[in-house]
Amino acid sequence: MTWLADNWETVLTLTWRSLYLAGIPLVIGFVVSIPLGWAASRWSWSYPAILTTTGLLYTIPSLALFVIMPVLLGTKILDPVNVVVALTIYTVALLARTVADGLIAVPDDIAQAATAMGYKGVRRLFGVELPLAVPVIAAGLRVAAVSNVSIVSIASLIGVSQLGDLLIDGFNRVIWGELLTGIVACVLLALAFDAVIVLGTRVLTPWLRVQGARA
Amino acid sequence: MIRFDAVTKQFPDGTVAVDELTLTAPTGRITVLVGPSGCGKTTSLRMVNRMIEPTHGSITLDGQDTGRMDEAELRRGMGYVIQHAGLFPHRTVLDNIGTVPRLLGWDRKRTSERSRELLERVGLAPELGDRYPSQLSGGQQQRVGVARALAADPPVMLMDEPFSAVDPVVREQLQDEFLRLQGELGKTIVFVTHDIDEAIKLGDQVAVLRVGGRLAQVAEPSYLLAHPADDFVADFVGRDRGYRALQFQAAPRLPLHSEPTVLLGERPQGAGAEWLLVVDDDRHPLGWVEPHRIGDRAVTEGDLHRGGTVARERGSLRAALDAALSSPSRRGVIVDDSGSLCGTVQAHEVLTAIERTGRPERDESDPVHGGAAAVSGAEPTTQDSVS
Repeated sequence: MTWLADNWETVLTLTWRSLYLAGIPLVIGFVVSIPLGWAASRWSWSYPAILTTTGLLYTIPSLALFVIMPVLLGTKILDPVNVVVALTIYTVALLARTVADGLIAVPDDIAQAATAMGYKGVRRLFGVELPLAVPVIAAGLRVAAVSNVSIVSIASLIGVSQLGDLLIDGFNRVIWGELLTGIVACVLLALAFDAVIVLGTRVLTPWLRVQGARA
Repeated sequence: MIRFDAVTKQFPDGTVAVDELTLTAPTGRITVLVGPSGCGKTTSLRMVNRMIEPTHGSITLDGQDTGRMDEAELRRGMGYVIQHAGLFPHRTVLDNIGTVPRLLGWDRKRTSERSRELLERVGLAPELGDRYPSQLSGGQQQRVGVARALAADPPVMLMDEPFSAVDPVVREQLQDEFLRLQGELGKTIVFVTHDIDEAIKLGDQVAVLRVGGRLAQVAEPSYLLAHPADDFVADFVGRDRGYRALQFQAAPRLPLHSEPTVLLGERPQGAGAEWLLVVDDDRHPLGWVEPHRIGDRAVTEGDLHRGGTVARERGSLRAALDAALSSPSRRGVIVDDSGSLCGTVQAHEVLTAIERTGRPERDESDPVHGGAAAVSGAEPTTQDSVS
């Protein structure tokens, strides 16, 4: 507790950095996943191609990806953009599949009704299919958010500072207060992301909470 | 008018779903496609709005080849109702109804007014408008499905087994209201069902399809019942067709007998009578009682035999005969349009009336399409249970 009392300003700064280093990739990754998932759901031949590729990306160790990024992007090794791009790739790897599966899971009679009403293209996607896929996509988004908060701490190893610094420094110098603060702050951040997503889902799906609704 | 001209649909696996179908669905009429599963009725329907494209042949809408129209525009001009309603679960009832108007670019106010109007039109309470489909019963959802199809006032309606997923009582209500609505709106309707009774009740014209998508016969219902073109049609139309055909024949003036009655809650007076008809204050028949079982006390709801059906005066011969046959007293109850008792009629009197009426004429020149030329509006059944 004394450690936290002495260093709370540092903790706040690091939390803020963790927040946007994990959050921005989540948003960008989500936006990129929509067309990818839509394509995979729409043309059955593209489904394995798109989802195998994105799935393989997730198997690249995060430290390796952080280190390769400057080579691929031509950025400096300490540039936070490296971390943002790498986490965006992980987010897409998780969300493209969820978006595709969510869109495929739209019940057949509803999809047919949409066709028969004269829905097509983007309007059909945003008017009918995505709203119905919200619960599935939100579940994937929660996993991606927690995963991002966890992976972002590795970025301390390449010198991009955020909450991970507390874990590494606390471990190396055996400062229990610092180590514990780092762990608790990471968990709280992950819970905060989760809460925002759950709240957003509730706002977007009033139809699931009415009496007699089926998920 | 929708015209199928030698339309064939062969799926990639080689199955022929529809084989050289030539058929006209006249403007303002209900054309029912009926047949066993695998007869291509749903495929035929979906080719009209191009959810399925024909392999050969053409479908024209008022003389225009639908194959050359923009798919989405074509569909927005055709109301479409499916079996489980297919409502959008994430939209309120009103928003569901307003789907096509919004797609056509109507503003919010106009769409909302139209949606409210249709909600009322299909017999739903205004407060249901803000609910979600999951909060409605199957029958209510189906009404919303019909309202949604009607929203942009399309001249054409395509209906794919719209009433088959609801229970029989609700189905009958929906059918009756559908006929009432059609009486007001006069849409060109293509209606698919596997239920021959529904086909006969709703169709101005019924097309019977056989497995493999070949047209077996197309005719108006009374003609179909009287003159099935071959064994398949006769078999499909089923038993009791002589009896069922009576529903298309209006009863002439029947010799009515005046019937002694007792008011619910009063003591039966007609001593000696085996059966006595119970009515309410407006002389609406409620059911039959056996006076000797009641003795000297007042008639209660629990005493009523409700098995008898009630026929309207000048309704169909079928309703009149059924009223006589179903009545425990063997005296069929006939009521006027307001539901008040006119009198009773016996089965042999209805049979005499039946013998005096003719059967639908056969057009010898066209054994398959015979009868279709003289399409006329079918009378909705006027048969209700005593309740």
